[in-house]
Amino acid sequence: MRRLAFIIPIVLFLMVAAALGLGLRRDPSILPSMLIDRPIPTFDLPGLTPEDTVGLASSDFTGKPVLLNVFASWCVACVIEHPMLLRLQTQGVTIHGLDWKDQPAAGAEWLAQRGNPYTLIGSDPSGRTGIDLGVTGAPETFVIDGQGRVRYRHVGPITPEVWAETLQPMMDRLEKET
Amino acid sequence: MKRLLLGLVCATLIAGPAMAVLPEEQLADPALEARAREISQELRCVVCQNQSIDDSDAPLAADLRAIVRERLIAGDTNEEVMAYVVARYGNFVLLKPPVDVQTLLLWGAPLLVLIPGGLGLALYLRRRNRAGGVAPVPLSAEERRALSTILKADDTP
Repeated sequence: MRRLAFIIPIVLFLMVAAALGLGLRRDPSILPSMLIDRPIPTFDLPGLTPEDTVGLASSDFTGKPVLLNVFASWCVACVIEHPMLLRLQTQGVTIHGLDWKDQPAAGAEWLAQRGNPYTLIGSDPSGRTGIDLGVTGAPETFVIDGQGRVRYRHVGPITPEVWAETLQPMMDRLEKET
Repeated sequence: MKRLLLGLVCATLIAGPAMAVLPEEQLADPALEARAREISQELRCVVCQNQSIDDSDAPLAADLRAIVRERLIAGDTNEEVMAYVVARYGNFVLLKPPVDVQTLLLWGAPLLVLIPGGLGLALYLRRRNRAGGVAPVPLSAEERRALSTILKADDTP
């Protein structure tokens, strides 16, 4: 009984410490997406310049798995991510872009300077489509399968590690599904 | 100097809290605006996560405030507006999370601490009472004599 009175508080302390320790390793700013395994919300956005006849619509997400990348000309981390997107494009990965809360002209200028990794681009100056997608900031990347369902969301830039460890295996798996 | 200080104190007292809600965001209808403020204070900003969208200056919070007002004008109830935002960002945006399987531990934690703590306290008090509950030993004749001497000595001024 005496010994138990010593052991119980120590065990409790270790359990709480372990739970809090695990909590420290998680990034609390990354929210889980509400869209996982659900169809992408309906939208139909214009392109970046008046000459662009095609923009980006939710109906474009059929056939094969693609990435939907949320970017903006004001986004600093997007500059870091950009070379990686260009590399993925040369590897044959289809990436669609959402220019989020941005002046379309500024987005077009930004891409003209750095190169365009996107197959289709939608301009979302009001940010409403981004909010429908549950976007909390840029860059964010959604993995969308051949049926137009959201399968994964990555918050922050796609680094070579993120691509190799998470996104590429997922894209390969989805490719086989279709 | 004193007057200046007094003036400063008064100014601090009458100044309201700084608000993120800009005048142009507000609705003309005061009843709807009041409801919009009430809802906004319950919704967490997903950029500055310990602020409500009512407090936050983040552009995304301003967008969400605009959405709240739009939904209200469209005739949504307060609950419907909350559900609209939760459908996009999850229960995380509710500053007061609902009681469900995921939040059971959160809401139950006070009970988890209070019940064992209360039981422990009750046990401890009972044991102490029982230990102290032994009938006091009566004074011996010698002790009684000593006591009366002391009391008598006390009486003399």
